[in-house]
Amino acid sequence: MLINHPLLGPRDSSEFIYLGDATLIDRPDPETASAQDWHDYAYLRDNPAGPHRELWFHEAGDRSWLVVTRNTVTHEITSVELARDVARSQGRSK
Amino acid sequence: MHDLIAITALGASEPQVETIGGITCTEVANLALASVAARLGGEAACRERLASLVGTVPAAGKAELTGPFSAKWVGPDQWMVGVEYEVQNDIAAHVKAALGNTASVTEQTDAWSAFDLSGQRINRVLELLCNINLSSVGAGSAARTSIHHLSCFVICRVPNANVRILGPRASATSLHSAITTAMRSVR
Amino acid sequence: MTQVNRLTGGQIDRESTLSFRFDGKNFSGHPGDTLASALLANGVRLMGRSFKYHRPRGLMSAGSEEPNALVELRSGARREPNTRTTTAELFDGLTARSQNRWPSLAFDVMAINDRLSRFLTAGFYYKTFMWPAAFWECVYEPIIRRAAGLGSLSMQADPDIYDKGFQHCDLLVIGAGPAGLTATLTAAHAGKQVILADEDFRMGGRLNSGRFTIDDMTGADWVTKVVAELATLPNVRLMPRTTVIGAFDHGIYGALERVSDHIAEPAPGKPRQILWRITAAKTILCAGATERPIAFENNDRPGIMLASALRSYANRWAVTPAKKVSIFTNNDDGHRTAQDLHRLGIKIAAVIDTRPDAPGSTDYEVLAGAEVANTTGRLGLTFVEVRQSDGSMRTLECGALGVSGGWNPNVHLTCHQRGRPLWNETLSAFLPGEDLPPGMHVAGAADGQFSTHGALKSGQQAARRALGLRGRPPAVPEAEDAPVTQTPFWYVAGCERAWLDQQNDVTVKDVKLSHQEGFRSVEHLKRYSTLGMATDQGKTSNLGGLAIMAELAGKPIPEVGTTIYRPPYTPVPIGALAGRSRGKNFKPVRLTPSHHWAKERGAVFVEVGNWLRAQWFPINGETHWRQSVDREVRQTRASVGVCDCTTLGKIDVQGTEAADFLNKVYCNGFAKLAVGKTRYGLMLREDGIAMDDGTAARLAEDHFVVTTTTANAAKVYQHLEFVHQCLFPDLDVQLISTTEAWAQYAVAGPNSRRLLKKIVDPAFDISNDAFPFMACGNITICNGLRARLFRISFSGELAYEIAVPSRYGDALMRRLMVEGEEFDVVPYGTEALGVMRIEKGHAAGNELNGTTTALNLGMGRMVSKKKDSIGSKLSERPGLNEAEALMAVGVQPKNAEDKITAGGHLVSADGPLDAAHDQGYVTSAAHSPTLGKMIGLAFLRNGGSRHGEVMRLASPVTDLTVEVEITSAHFVDPEGERLRA
Repeated sequence: MLINHPLLGPRDSSEFIYLGDATLIDRPDPETASAQDWHDYAYLRDNPAGPHRELWFHEAGDRSWLVVTRNTVTHEITSVELARDVARSQGRSK
Repeated sequence: MHDLIAITALGASEPQVETIGGITCTEVANLALASVAARLGGEAACRERLASLVGTVPAAGKAELTGPFSAKWVGPDQWMVGVEYEVQNDIAAHVKAALGNTASVTEQTDAWSAFDLSGQRINRVLELLCNINLSSVGAGSAARTSIHHLSCFVICRVPNANVRILGPRASATSLHSAITTAMRSVR
Repeated sequence: MTQVNRLTGGQIDRESTLSFRFDGKNFSGHPGDTLASALLANGVRLMGRSFKYHRPRGLMSAGSEEPNALVELRSGARREPNTRTTTAELFDGLTARSQNRWPSLAFDVMAINDRLSRFLTAGFYYKTFMWPAAFWECVYEPIIRRAAGLGSLSMQADPDIYDKGFQHCDLLVIGAGPAGLTATLTAAHAGKQVILADEDFRMGGRLNSGRFTIDDMTGADWVTKVVAELATLPNVRLMPRTTVIGAFDHGIYGALERVSDHIAEPAPGKPRQILWRITAAKTILCAGATERPIAFENNDRPGIMLASALRSYANRWAVTPAKKVSIFTNNDDGHRTAQDLHRLGIKIAAVIDTRPDAPGSTDYEVLAGAEVANTTGRLGLTFVEVRQSDGSMRTLECGALGVSGGWNPNVHLTCHQRGRPLWNETLSAFLPGEDLPPGMHVAGAADGQFSTHGALKSGQQAARRALGLRGRPPAVPEAEDAPVTQTPFWYVAGCERAWLDQQNDVTVKDVKLSHQEGFRSVEHLKRYSTLGMATDQGKTSNLGGLAIMAELAGKPIPEVGTTIYRPPYTPVPIGALAGRSRGKNFKPVRLTPSHHWAKERGAVFVEVGNWLRAQWFPINGETHWRQSVDREVRQTRASVGVCDCTTLGKIDVQGTEAADFLNKVYCNGFAKLAVGKTRYGLMLREDGIAMDDGTAARLAEDHFVVTTTTANAAKVYQHLEFVHQCLFPDLDVQLISTTEAWAQYAVAGPNSRRLLKKIVDPAFDISNDAFPFMACGNITICNGLRARLFRISFSGELAYEIAVPSRYGDALMRRLMVEGEEFDVVPYGTEALGVMRIEKGHAAGNELNGTTTALNLGMGRMVSKKKDSIGSKLSERPGLNEAEALMAVGVQPKNAEDKITAGGHLVSADGPLDAAHDQGYVTSAAHSPTLGKMIGLAFLRNGGSRHGEVMRLASPVTDLTVEVEITSAHFVDPEGERLRA
């Protein structure tokens, strides 16, 4: 597979390490989250046959975490974003 | 002055040079390196100061190789600065002094081994080593990629004629073996 | 032996002669020959025995689709079984052996299977060898393995080397026939980077095998001209002998280049083959078409082959299997073969055409509306029995029969991304479907363009379409453009032992039987009958099988569908898939800075991850590793020892919020750590399980150096980047690995300070007051070398870790040995390191095993509740905090002579010894020279309050049951007085 890195262009997937569902960015707020929220965050994943947002790490490249939207049926990749930008856009800060 | 004797990444007192089929692989032992990562909010200031140190601040996938201090892009707002070891053996302190609190600077000199590959049509060797699109590689390209399972930089000075490969120092022997094996293969 | 069947002409170099051996006999051929063509030239028709029935077999084809003529090529370690004679290029000194026969090809005792065929039909193993079960392994399987099969391996390591490589292009053209060549020309003239790959050693595809003209020259001459032009263009890469084996995601193709297969041995250092990964923006598949056979009774005799193969052998290689041949066809192309052969002086016994309206000929007899009913000839064809249109039988004498059932486009690569081919009624064949791999276009015969003109034109058009070229295209050269229709004719009615899949010995009858027994999906048919499951993957047999299936089911062929096409297109040697990654080059090694010195000392090394670490340093007189390890431990605890611990991961953490960041990733607090101090830290996974541990040293307000375990260095770095980039993107923190930049040595033992004082420059005070336990700082040594010093201890002794730039690591180790002589300094390896950390009760990988929590490790109180950190919330789950939770303890044998084994389980001294009463397990064990017996670290239910209890340690795997006493995990210096000394 080729992953179209937002800064470096198409790079071979062998340069990357796959982590999984990009919902891992949505870590519960430790001040307010319930035990159920933490359970869901740690253990529950959707397994769609179709577009899936997932985290890839450019291990043999620029060490960026990326959010890759990949169709799990066709492997078509429709968007690749820097995870840091995604995290910020989802309100994560410090 | 201390009296400890350095060894090269390949474990000898002198750098190794090998010529096979018109292509030469030269171990580079006189390269001092420091990584630069801009502090949050200090990105613009860091670029400005870095520019006065190295010339032009390289964009993603590029290297600046003109002055005594070179730089290559290694990640978003991150660069690797290099200089000849004899010129500045405590490069991290030097670069930190230049950049101040605009960046974090880390000594990287001995984290890497470096090999210069030069000769006619060296792309034949590179295509056995790494998956980069060599036809799009111009002077001043700096790609980080895998060579023999090792995370390496391939920095181009003259396309198809002169590149520098940087790989993890502890695996210098394996990297050197992969390079020279490929050289023999295309001889 | 002379080449009795050699004709005139052909694309072979008659100027030189090559000699070769087949089954011990000497033959000769010419450059340009394949082993198949050279054998035919020498009058050899019989080349192998079939898989199951051991029937005599010869060539069926002239290309990579060959199912029959497989041999063991070369000898000794280079022997390669199941090599197709049709693709093996002849070289001087080639040796080959036929396979699956004993004692000889002409007389094979296993041919008895052919007589037993009625018992060996489809699914025979499932039916015959059902009972008794025990017989399968010891009786049936060995017999079947001996009787059925292909060539045998040399059982020696392959002496050749294989490379892998990577290429990128704007356009990949697969196949260098007429379509591939015009596609390449079009793209090349447009300035694109083009790769043209063809599996043959001579480009041109069918143009080399026919007598068609292009413009005013022969097809073969036109090929030579075009290839010569392409070779001069810098943007074109010609790759003959290169099979594109698979279409993978996103325009990535696998291609196998046979660099040295056409010579006896690769040149020194040169690979035999290269497995390329080609990344292509666009691709044009011009893989041509494969002629399909017609099944009839006894259609597998040597001499019966595809008509197109007869034509290729005659035109390209100037050979014929016999002086008198017949053609059996259902289409016009069969007549072309007859004409070509006739023109070369081969006698045509007759052309047998199934069509009543078959075209006639003035040169030879055409039997219209006729079919082949049977054949005879034990080791090669002698007679063909023809049922004529009026029903009468006629026998034709001939040594070869060319069979043409029409052509199947080679759509394989269009289907590698789950695409499905579409049935075309006009051609009665599957054509590429709509759902091609992204970026792929198809041209030429692979797209059903069967005329030469059609192929040339479609190649040009496909290239223009793929690359988005505009403007007026140049004229396509003139060539024949005869319309092609194909009417299906799969098998001769009434035949039974008519072979569909000659490589796996599957007959028309087997397909009928499978259907009768309920295997009605094509995928089931394939697996039950083994149709198409051999190394040729059914290139000549699949369609015939499914056509019969469709007929039996009363469905049209497209409704029955095809089995799924999967890579590789043709077989790929395992060696090519491995590439250089074999033996000691399987993966890169990492050498520590003291490696060369340790090697000189005669150290024994152990692989830890990719690192080679000194395991122990034997000295004269030591015959057992325990002697070395015990000595290293004793000497370190008595005076001072030095160990290379460079391999521990080191991550530089900087930034104004570096401390806040560490507070997030470590479960214990780091915000208040003073500059110049080091702290032990435990990282949890978000689910509350311990992930890794190490130390963080604060070198400045905004600068920490974090260490990780050797094994987890890369994973921890990745995790830290995840926490930073994905969870807390606005923390001002910057991370980079510095593992290899520093050579780091543990200097441990009561005399470690005295040793270090000899090399640390006097400006730096390392006395206990100035540099207490857990201190750290930048120093200089040996009169000015930059270094870092950490007062941390894994051994439990007064200890330091000293780091210098890696290039000086070798020199520093040698210096420490010289300066330490007066203290009897000892280098110690990973075994002594392990013994001392077990004696001290420090957790390592065995304890941080992915199932244990901070609580289990005895560090439950370390998890700060005052702050949020990764894993802190889920570590509070009730399930991880029950009263009976596992807790780290020590175990010692009651009887000092007894063994302790890691992996053994703890049960009460008098209770039942079974899994239901399991109370814990031993994670690490070692012989402690300090205590003079074996000790272990264990996790025990509620272990914290059970010190002193006697239990049983049981390890059924090592056949061990001993009484042990539960103790504190800290066997040595539990109060930590030594390390603060």
